[in-house]
Amino acid sequence: MDGSQIVEKLKAALPDAVSAAGSHAGQVWVETDRGRILDILRFLRDDPELAFDSLTDLTAVDWLDQGRPERFCVVYNLFSFRNNAYFRVKAWVPEEDPVVESASGLWKAAPWAEREVYDMYGIEFDGHPDLKRLMLPEYYTGHPLRKDYPLQGAGERDNFPKYNRETGA
Amino acid sequence: MELPPNRPTMEVEQELEGDLGSRRMIINFGPQHPATHGTLRTLIELDGEVVTKMTPEIGYLHSGFEKLAEYRTYNQIVTITDRMNYLSPLCNNVGFSLAVEQMMGITVTPRCAAIRVVLYELSRIADHILSVGLQAMDLGAFSVMLWTFIEREKLYDIFEAVTGARLTTSYTRVGGLLRDVPPDFDEMCRGFMTKCAKTIDEIESVLNTNRIFLDRTQGVGVISKEDAISFGLSGPLLRSCGVKRDLRKDRPYLGYEQYEFDVITAQEGDVWTRYQVRVAEMRQSIRIIDQALKKMPPGPINVEDPRIAIPAKDAYNKPQGGMEGLIYHFKNYMYGHGVRPPKGEIYSSTEAPNGELGWYIVSDGTEKPWRMRVRPPSLYNYQAFPRMCEGRLLSDMVASLSSLNVIAGELDR
Repeated sequence: MDGSQIVEKLKAALPDAVSAAGSHAGQVWVETDRGRILDILRFLRDDPELAFDSLTDLTAVDWLDQGRPERFCVVYNLFSFRNNAYFRVKAWVPEEDPVVESASGLWKAAPWAEREVYDMYGIEFDGHPDLKRLMLPEYYTGHPLRKDYPLQGAGERDNFPKYNRETGA
Repeated sequence: MELPPNRPTMEVEQELEGDLGSRRMIINFGPQHPATHGTLRTLIELDGEVVTKMTPEIGYLHSGFEKLAEYRTYNQIVTITDRMNYLSPLCNNVGFSLAVEQMMGITVTPRCAAIRVVLYELSRIADHILSVGLQAMDLGAFSVMLWTFIEREKLYDIFEAVTGARLTTSYTRVGGLLRDVPPDFDEMCRGFMTKCAKTIDEIESVLNTNRIFLDRTQGVGVISKEDAISFGLSGPLLRSCGVKRDLRKDRPYLGYEQYEFDVITAQEGDVWTRYQVRVAEMRQSIRIIDQALKKMPPGPINVEDPRIAIPAKDAYNKPQGGMEGLIYHFKNYMYGHGVRPPKGEIYSSTEAPNGELGWYIVSDGTEKPWRMRVRPPSLYNYQAFPRMCEGRLLSDMVASLSSLNVIAGELDR
């Protein structure tokens, strides 16, 4: 089953959920509104013919000032052992209210990947069992992979907090 | 920046004081502990000697590679990929270059593909043999670790002769390689393979009948097939659970379809089968290298397109190529020129020693990627670690951890 067939099947089952579809170098993806992302993911996982039983990767892209529908895009790369096929689903997330529903209930691979996206982009995942930063310390303030975050850092290196040995505070 | 009111360790102390007299204990495993093989920290809740809850904390080696990659050209990023999985840097080099080539629609020359396959499999041996050695060391078999380090040392000598560096190899370029292999490459590899095969036999003769090793690995750190798929495990971990998945066979790249090798699987999904899968895979790698060396094709190592790979220097002296070759030589290194994939995105993955190493690259048509995401096998493999250990003994945890072969540089990036 190749990518365009998957898109057709998805469009037939959830006609109002798929907002756009595209392809590059033979790889196909669909775009959706963030409200319908779990419907699409659940359909792809549970449909016996598609059977996307593995979440290969979950990440995000910041499209700052690029004329995209929204600023953030959460990208789900799925793999189906039955069909030996990859498929990509993208959900657009607005800057002012960066919240998506969590896919933690669908795949056990999701929690840490979502924590990393939260850490790096500040996108929150609704229904996540333990949403906190994955790589950076808990008291970190910025979200480094955002495009408006400078490469050299926002001053964290210069005023790094230190604990006092005597007082312990 | 405000500090949090309490450090996690202080919270733990407070919890302990409130819980005084009970059998519950919380210990802090790592980040600096010999058995963590890197900087991994785990908070472990113990009931007697049984692990009841585990909370891994990662990020101690976070280096911001993905952010850095957005400010580097495609051929410069190769140097960043070295630092991710530092046990098999060549696999990262090859995987990244393949992703960019796939995005641009380039096919590398047959000689380049064969050299990449040989080096990829040599790196797989370097990674697996060290993993097996450290696994044995954590369970008390120290001499095995020393034997494996000798083999890795010989491998690094080969890498040094080929790439000029032992660890930070940076050998691949988009559409080709840094340079051709030295003339005695074939001899070096064959000499290594003969000795390595003997060492693998020796390791097996020591460990496979060792009562302590068997008792401490069989039935330890078990993970079921369904869990393994849901957690997104890959590589030897997934294959030891009975899932026959190898990207080299399922979605061949670099001409892997022309080599004969078996995909090793096992059923139990415990530490013992992971060890067995790794050992058997090293033998398969030797098979692949042998075939690749036998039919190593002659010819150029770079693609002929001068916009991607610089033309050979002797082209300057030829009447037809002189001036143009010089122009391309400049243009390849100027900002805003060089390798520029078309607008678009790609997810490309290769079967690295630890599992599926994926690259999700978004290009905006310039010489730098808009976004480069690495799908590290270690991150998803390590996420399943609590599932393997909870409800089991503390000492089994060390055995499970070394069988995961988590590389902190790749885990935290």
